Amino acid sequence: MKLTVNSKEIEIEADPDMPLLWALRDLAGIRGPKFGCGIAMCGACTVHVNGEPVRSCSLAVGDVDGPVVTIDGLPDGDKLHVVQEAWITEQVPQCGYCQSGQIMAAVALLKNNPDPSDEDINDSMSNLCRCGTYPQIRAAIKRAASMKAEA
Amino acid sequence: MGKILRRTFLIGTAAIVGGVAFGTYTVKKPYDNPLDGKLADGESTFNPYLKVTSDNQITVMIPRSEMGQGVTTTLAALVAEELDVRIEDISVEHAPASNAYFNAAMLEDGSPFPHYQRDFMADTARDAMGALGKVLGLQVTGGSSSVKDAWLKMREAGCAARETLKLAAAEREGVAADTLRTEAGHVIAGDKKIPYGELAEAAARLDPPSNMVLRDPKDWKMLGKPLPRTDARAKSTGAPIFGIDVRLPDMLFATIKMNPKLGGALKSFTADGAKAVKGVVKVVEMKRQDKEKFGGGVAVIATNTWAAFQGAEALEIEWDDADYPKDDAAIAEVLNEALTRQDQTPRDDGDVTAAFADAPQDQIVEAEYGVPYLAHATMEPMNATAWLRDGKFDIWTGNQAPTLIRDDTAYEVGLDAEAVEVHTTYLGGGFGRRGEVDFARFAARVAKETDGKPVQVVWSREEDMTHDTYRPASKSKMRARLGGDGLPVALDVQLASPSIIASVMARTFPSLSPAGPDNTMFHGAADQPYGIENYRVAAGIAPIDIPIGFWRSVGHSYNAYYMESFLDEVAEKAGKDPLEMRLALLKEHPAAIGVLEKVAEMSDWKAPARAGRGKGLAFHLSFGAWTAEVIEVSLLDGEVKIENVWCAVDVGTALDPSIVKAQLQSGIIYGLSAALGQEITFADGQAEQTNFDTYDAMRMSQCPNIEVEVLENAKHLGGAGEPGTPPAIPALANAIHAATGKRLRQMPLSKDIDFV
Repeated sequence: MKLTVNSKEIEIEADPDMPLLWALRDLAGIRGPKFGCGIAMCGACTVHVNGEPVRSCSLAVGDVDGPVVTIDGLPDGDKLHVVQEAWITEQVPQCGYCQSGQIMAAVALLKNNPDPSDEDINDSMSNLCRCGTYPQIRAAIKRAASMKAEA
Repeated sequence: MGKILRRTFLIGTAAIVGGVAFGTYTVKKPYDNPLDGKLADGESTFNPYLKVTSDNQITVMIPRSEMGQGVTTTLAALVAEELDVRIEDISVEHAPASNAYFNAAMLEDGSPFPHYQRDFMADTARDAMGALGKVLGLQVTGGSSSVKDAWLKMREAGCAARETLKLAAAEREGVAADTLRTEAGHVIAGDKKIPYGELAEAAARLDPPSNMVLRDPKDWKMLGKPLPRTDARAKSTGAPIFGIDVRLPDMLFATIKMNPKLGGALKSFTADGAKAVKGVVKVVEMKRQDKEKFGGGVAVIATNTWAAFQGAEALEIEWDDADYPKDDAAIAEVLNEALTRQDQTPRDDGDVTAAFADAPQDQIVEAEYGVPYLAHATMEPMNATAWLRDGKFDIWTGNQAPTLIRDDTAYEVGLDAEAVEVHTTYLGGGFGRRGEVDFARFAARVAKETDGKPVQVVWSREEDMTHDTYRPASKSKMRARLGGDGLPVALDVQLASPSIIASVMARTFPSLSPAGPDNTMFHGAADQPYGIENYRVAAGIAPIDIPIGFWRSVGHSYNAYYMESFLDEVAEKAGKDPLEMRLALLKEHPAAIGVLEKVAEMSDWKAPARAGRGKGLAFHLSFGAWTAEVIEVSLLDGEVKIENVWCAVDVGTALDPSIVKAQLQSGIIYGLSAALGQEITFADGQAEQTNFDTYDAMRMSQCPNIEVEVLENAKHLGGAGEPGTPPAIPALANAIHAATGKRLRQMPLSKDIDFV
């Protein structure tokens, strides 16, 4: 089976029913997306398929119909994505386990809405964080929005 | 005298073991440096906390586990500050499992004396417990103790290394050591800058001078200021730093399915369906372990995690019953019975019985409270990667207790502890759950079945949530008598819960006899600094054998709810402002007054309540941190929305104010998450909640504004990881009362009110 992940074509031998998450992690060795719940409730596994945020634990790899981007493919060479820069500046992560998914959700939000309000952030950032880094995530999204606007 | 005897008893075996039985020599004897003999070429070590390479790569070994609380930053800074290296210029590594990294501070906090009691007897008890921590060599992360424990040890490590580097430079340059200084990883000799790396090999052979002096805090360049977290970049790039990310050559993937009737045996199973799943390579029975009370189950070994999960689902298993009441109603009966018993009476000031005997009925306040079992629900499900081959065993896992993992997995695979190496990864959440050993024991057992190949054992979320070591259910009966001035003159607290210590000891120290007294049962009730003349706390131990463990803030997590909500009821009955009442009861404790006044100012407490809104206050002392929180809620169509949280905390010295604030915020959200709807209920002997759809936590849209102010007036260091949690729940319950008139005496609060 062929997949385009982070702009590279990869070939994996996967049961088409296998969730994309496990195909990425265990077969392709791409470990940015994390396993949290397996039922699309927590968002730790969020990746982009065709540019849209998807909870990869609940999407069969056989149903993937476009290019996949994971957090591993977000930087441009050594240069981090503006959302990642904002995450570091705001010192968002605590345990850090959910942050790959949070960042992918935030990147998708900002692509559709370059200047999100608090309400917009509430509506689209539904990923779970057990460390409770939500205030810093909110601040980082706003910082990324203004960094983008300045760029 | 009665008091002395009682407290001596409560310290129990610990004091004897720590102070007497082992003798002064054992207690004073230093441990060997575990890094000796494990160095790469060109690497030198000065002490258990520091490695320096000849090309000046400086690595600080972090003895505690990074689970979000910032130890890989703050503890590294303790060394870096004394060593004169920039935090940006060092690497950090989790230390190997070694008794040299014992945690004395956590055990000191386990003495039965309250934090504020500072006299000969209390200090002696704390020292005895600390000595026990050293003798046992327990390398544990918990009890908000990491900074307290490292405070001297790691600064001394940096200081000693700096001074020996200067000695080595003095010898090399032929000058006196006191003419030298250090700066940014170099010894400065006149206009010469010598990198530490060039001196490391020689310096590591020298003994540090006996007259070392730690830096005066007023000269600190890093400590006391917010530092960039050393792990921020890795955690913002999805780096493979967690236990579940470990990959080894020819590694297999496995999962386990253990009896959901916890501790029960497996009667029979059929593996045909599992074996038919593509990718499944082996199915193994996991026998029940009686001493540890680990139930029976089955492991499915496969070529990838998904296949292992599919295989586990395809198993047909008949389970035996568990050894505890089958459902919540039966559990409640046992708790109610325990509520009538005084197995432990840790506090009995004045004469409570007499104080109530002649009390007029209208001066008495009474209430009963209760809380459910709770799961930790770390974001990263339990997992460990184990490799048994050639008489050697390695285990990679995010854990809070490396030496326990070492000893217990050594026992599991039948090797000496010396043949075991524990690789502590970053933890995808801990909250107390990863201080357990079950995930490592099970992985070790699976590794015996893989013919020398490494195997990663990952629990599904369902397995994780239904096989937690839960925060116990608990109940309380509260009673107070008001005095003429409206302040309580008597407080009588009766608690009931199963014993966490007994449950933990059985699992982690199966060779020891069951634990004695359990201080965690009344932490947060008996150890509060309220000046109430007649103050009694008693607890009945409920014999319920559901596995329970340390859940962020442990006993404080429910006792603070009882104490602080009940005090709100007392204030209401007395017609007193809850803030004024607490200020009066805490007048002997300046740190308490400080945080109360600060939080009153932050929250504009005295301002009249806005329509449709309510504010609630709670004060709590836990893990040495004096904490006051005010929560404001609003009502939207009968639903409660948490609008604002203000928190003032006094930790004595805040080594990184930004991380302390983040930890308090995190603790608050953890507590509020429980209030919003978390409970583990039991039916037919098993937990009914299996995943985040039935056991959720606070989300972004529910997250209030949170402001935290950190004060530094207290005399002793306080922790940061847990103290945010206990007062958050009563502050919310009190705010809801202020807004609605409803008094919520059962957790989760969502039982009696709807949240937005």
